[in-house]
Amino acid sequence: MKFMLLMNAPHGTGDYEIFHWPEADLKAHVGFLTRLNAELKAAGELVGVEALTPPGKARVIRAGKNGTPEVTDGPFAESKEFLAGYWIVDVASPERAYAIAARASGAPGRGGAPLNMSIEVREVMSAPPVEG
Amino acid sequence: MKAPSFNDESLLRELAPQVLAAVVRRFSDFSAAEDAVQEALVAAALQWPQEGVPANPRGWLIHVAARRMSDHVRAELARRRRETVVMMETPAAERVVPAPDAIESVEQDDTLVLLFMCCHPALSRTSAIALTLRAVGGLTTAEIANAFLVPEATMAQRISRAKQTIKKSGVRFQMPESSERAERLGAVLHVLYLIFNEGYANSVGPDLQRVDLSNEAIRLARAVHNLAPDDGEVAGLLSLMLLTDARRAARTAPDGAIIPLDEQDRTLWDRAAIDDGVALISKTLSRGLIGSYQLQAAIAAVHDEAARVEDTDWPQILALYGLLERMSDNPMVTLNRAIALAMVHGPAAGLERLQALDADPRLADHHRLHAVRAHLFERAGDHGAAIRYYRSAASRTSSLPERNYLLMKAARLSPR
Repeated sequence: MKFMLLMNAPHGTGDYEIFHWPEADLKAHVGFLTRLNAELKAAGELVGVEALTPPGKARVIRAGKNGTPEVTDGPFAESKEFLAGYWIVDVASPERAYAIAARASGAPGRGGAPLNMSIEVREVMSAPPVEG
Repeated sequence: MKAPSFNDESLLRELAPQVLAAVVRRFSDFSAAEDAVQEALVAAALQWPQEGVPANPRGWLIHVAARRMSDHVRAELARRRRETVVMMETPAAERVVPAPDAIESVEQDDTLVLLFMCCHPALSRTSAIALTLRAVGGLTTAEIANAFLVPEATMAQRISRAKQTIKKSGVRFQMPESSERAERLGAVLHVLYLIFNEGYANSVGPDLQRVDLSNEAIRLARAVHNLAPDDGEVAGLLSLMLLTDARRAARTAPDGAIIPLDEQDRTLWDRAAIDDGVALISKTLSRGLIGSYQLQAAIAAVHDEAARVEDTDWPQILALYGLLERMSDNPMVTLNRAIALAMVHGPAAGLERLQALDADPRLADHHRLHAVRAHLFERAGDHGAAIRYYRSAASRTSSLPERNYLLMKAARLSPR
């Protein structure tokens, strides 16, 4: 079964927090996520992983007259959390997806302490069953 | 005599454009011909390993593809499927293949005509790239999709639309008029350059599942160079690719992090590729009539010939960028020239030159401008400004390894 793991960063404005971290913390954080992705790939569980550019570059689009795009700029001062990236994993059980999410959530932050950021886990809907 | 064993896929890849060119020349329906040749290639890939390579492999492929074309013209799908099966089951010796001399000769320039067709200005860049890789490169749709990390159905659609565009535009299978030939060759070179860059920018770690686009671009550029050995820009592009690709092993750390040119372990550079590239560009430059690929290759050669970063001949690079800047209206060239200027005359001179680029809408918000400014402020000793610009560059790039590299630079300068 497939799950989407959505990683939320605090703040919905400007840059991510990690933009202002010391070098050692940054290295530890990036290294942790690189290793996690390599492990998921080696286990055959990784379908996809993407990181998203910071809130400052986000735009909200609505269809205007005649379907022309109406663009609203970020940043969004009201949002407390902001989607920073996501994984799609193909795993045997929801529990396995939760375990992966917990690993990601504990990625090291400032001073090496786990971030414990919130990871939203959503099952990806699948194709209809084969009739036969 | 036993037929030679078939274990070399590159033979098929080499023959693919020649076979396609011959079939398009005969039937003039590019779209259907392309399908027919793909089918012939698949048949060969299945049969040759078992039965050996036929005496005239190109003739065999043309013959099989031409038969598919005839089937196509009759447009009887069910019957075509039956024939395919019969074809597959017939032992090679019982199949009628015309004698080699019965097959019309394939003109050398046909591959070039095919390239002109695939890189036609009517096509979008992404379409031209996909079509070139399939029709001239002989890659399967699945391989191309995998190389660009898009679903196969998406790539199949892209290729199919490209073929329709060619059909609708009524492009004939012939050399462009000499009046437009230079311009059309420019479009071909640009497509090859984009294929190379796609491979180069994304080659992180040895991912054997992906077709190596950089090698593919080099192979195609070499083929064009063999067909047009006197064209300086073709030689320039091939040389630029060789000299850039030579640094591949040194440009990423094992964890995928970017290593910039001035921090690379130069003993990891591919000396043979550098020697090839330098010889090619030296020979070309000596003939005069210099174009922008040749200048870029010359700049790459100056970098590659420096055994240590401090040996780099920056005055020469500055002069070459000066020539390049006069030739093209490309703000990236001005940006690179500012770096060379800073290396020769100091960071203040480079920063001053950058001010002119703030007014250029193509570059003002580009991460490269911010990154170069950060780098020059760092060299000038203004760490506060350098940190600000490294971070603003990081928030603008859409490449994750590059973002991490820029953040590391900012973090390294920050007070503890």
